[in-house]
Amino acid sequence: MCLAIPAQIVELLDGDRALVQLGGIRKAVSLALVEGARIGDYVIIHVGYALQRLNTVEAERTLDLLERIGAAATASDR
Amino acid sequence: MRYIDEFRDGRLARGLAAAIRRDVAPSRLYRFMEFCGGHTHAISRYGLADLLPENVRMVHGPGCPVCVLPIGRIDQAIRLAIGRGVILTTYGDTLRVPASEGLSLLRAKALGADVRMVYSTQDALAIARANPRREVVFLAIGFETTTPPTAVAILTAAAERLGNFSILCDHVLTPAAMHAILAAPQGVQIDGFVGPAHVSTVIGSAPYEPFADDYAKPVVIAGFEPLDLLRAIHLLVAQVNDGRAAVENEFTRAVTREGNRRAQDLVARVFTLREKFEWRGLGTIPSSALRLRPEFAQFDAERRFAERYLVVADHKACACGPILRGEKRPSDCKLFGTVCTPENPVGSCMVSAEGACAAHYTYGRFRGMAA
Amino acid sequence: MKTACTRPLDVKRGRVDLSHGSGGRATAQLVEELFVRELHNEFLAQGDDGARLPRAAGRLVLATDAHVVSPLFFPGGDIGCLAVHGTINDVAVMGATPLYLAASFVLEEGYPLADLARIVASMARSSREAGVPVVTGDTKVVERGKADGVFITTTGVGILRDNVDCSGAHARPGDVVLLSGPIGDHGSAIMASRENLTFETPIVSDTAALHGLVGELLDAVPQMRAMRDATRGGIAAALNEIARQSAVGMLLEESAITVRAPVEAACELLGLDPLYLANEGKLLAICPPERAEAALAAMRAHPLGGDAAMIGRVQEDAYRFVQMNTRLGGRRIVDWLSGDQLPRIC
Repeated sequence: MCLAIPAQIVELLDGDRALVQLGGIRKAVSLALVEGARIGDYVIIHVGYALQRLNTVEAERTLDLLERIGAAATASDR
Repeated sequence: MRYIDEFRDGRLARGLAAAIRRDVAPSRLYRFMEFCGGHTHAISRYGLADLLPENVRMVHGPGCPVCVLPIGRIDQAIRLAIGRGVILTTYGDTLRVPASEGLSLLRAKALGADVRMVYSTQDALAIARANPRREVVFLAIGFETTTPPTAVAILTAAAERLGNFSILCDHVLTPAAMHAILAAPQGVQIDGFVGPAHVSTVIGSAPYEPFADDYAKPVVIAGFEPLDLLRAIHLLVAQVNDGRAAVENEFTRAVTREGNRRAQDLVARVFTLREKFEWRGLGTIPSSALRLRPEFAQFDAERRFAERYLVVADHKACACGPILRGEKRPSDCKLFGTVCTPENPVGSCMVSAEGACAAHYTYGRFRGMAA
Repeated sequence: MKTACTRPLDVKRGRVDLSHGSGGRATAQLVEELFVRELHNEFLAQGDDGARLPRAAGRLVLATDAHVVSPLFFPGGDIGCLAVHGTINDVAVMGATPLYLAASFVLEEGYPLADLARIVASMARSSREAGVPVVTGDTKVVERGKADGVFITTTGVGILRDNVDCSGAHARPGDVVLLSGPIGDHGSAIMASRENLTFETPIVSDTAALHGLVGELLDAVPQMRAMRDATRGGIAAALNEIARQSAVGMLLEESAITVRAPVEAACELLGLDPLYLANEGKLLAICPPERAEAALAAMRAHPLGGDAAMIGRVQEDAYRFVQMNTRLGGRRIVDWLSGDQLPRIC
């Protein structure tokens, strides 16, 4: 249960809201659930609300890990 | 799309699939339940079953809030829309759920009820502000991901003294449902859980620790994308092989042990536990759902309109209960694909796009059909 | 004797009212000053209830479509050009050359004449560009609240090409499935304008008349088995229809199907699947395998088919499933939805 998607904050609006951008599309969402979000941050959006900030360092780390796992596994396949 | 496309990469998927294949013990059967309906949908939509070895089976859990919503709860919403002339606002997922007397919210709309689909509780509030002389009711469904947005709406309505806004509170809790599955008297044939992605961003990873400790079942929280799922399965295989049962977090980019404290606090301010709640397919579970606190009683549509919840039984031949507990597969159900289809769903698992039966029917029913 | 003066229609500020639909002088004035003025051609100039057409040099094809799109004006088009393109396309994919259109309007009392004029001007423009005139029409007015502004039904007639035999029932195992370009533009443009999404990269409807593209394709490959313009229900609906009619299955390649980046993003934000989104200017064609290269070359040479690609094959399947190899290497069905796709939050 939880169709949510990461998008980047491109503008802060009044009333605890922000404009986020994904693939060239912009949408206004509420920041009521996330503290201290700033322009440039990536947030996870669900039903018109930012739920959590995306930790981009962790994201890169995860991708790195997935690369290494895959490389090791396909190497051992040969 | 940044931080989305990278986690859908085909080459990395094949790498992970190879790692899983290499790590499974060939003589063992691994059965993992992905709890979250969004995960069920992702598994089907990407055909992930084809990338997994034969002896790794995914069992589809009840993490689909529309699927576990009893018919009687939809009936409540329909009664308010037809009988009381409220503006009934709801997320799109609930519109087609069949309820009593051949009705659904969509059919009620066709009969003249004012049923409106919204993307957000913010839209529901806007409708209430724009229609001060009409009652506006929001059908609040969802697990812990969707509850904080409802909490914000209630607090906003209270601050604005929005006198015509109320909710039908059908928010339910993930750990309670997991507990119900694991504590089933007949036992459960599941070796581990793939924990929900976005529920966990809100509640954190800590609430799953009792399942690892008390039931000795590993839980790996997975992100929403297919690579996240594959990696989580990879971690589960490793835990099972090692005889470990711990909570691991694959979705480190969005989930911490504590979760979103602010969201949790807002929810705690607005909601309290219901003593018990009926779940479609799982029976009545204590302390598994929320209701509004007494100070927000005016926003509680059940109280405001004196709407009682009336139990409506499911079809006798419906196998949703055993399917939700992982004992049976959709194709094991006598009604699957014949009487029970997405157009005419008989039970909860067929009702929404990520119910186990619906997902199998829509994306995967070609598997296992005679060639 | 002096003739009475009639005040001209106040297109700028006037509104449709019930007298415009009564068949009397007000109707005649509306037809004359708004419709015929824009759509003018020799047939409309005759001023009769119907149009006398030249003798047909071949088998006739007839197609009709009602257009009830909301909003009436959307990025990339409006109900007017949609009505022209849609019926031209329905005739063209039968393997026929579209010749004439009829258009009937149901107008809601109170609808601004200025907007109606824009719609008719748009119809006139698309009709002229396509070379398919609107030769006869009708107008009715209903009370306020009984129509969504404007409903338009267009009917088109064309002549079947002699050497062509296209039908949804003709697909055979081994045939290839061709698609003229990226999917989901029209459906997501409509959804996005309804949901107040704004754009850095705009999503614009792909509404277009496909008869030129179809003509070039059939010139090169008259043996095309079946063609469809993928409208409501997306390419998923069109392909499932053909599979059902022909009693075959299909296997598509997700990586061969393009979706423009803003369309993909809108779908993610709104919880939609582009396979099921409406298109209004995309051609699906089922082609014998040995002619696939020639067909693709012909499509790519046309401005509307520059991104044409082979997206899959027809195969034996008693269950008539349209299956797809996902970009991850797994497999799924592209099922036939029972109703409209609804945005999901789950």
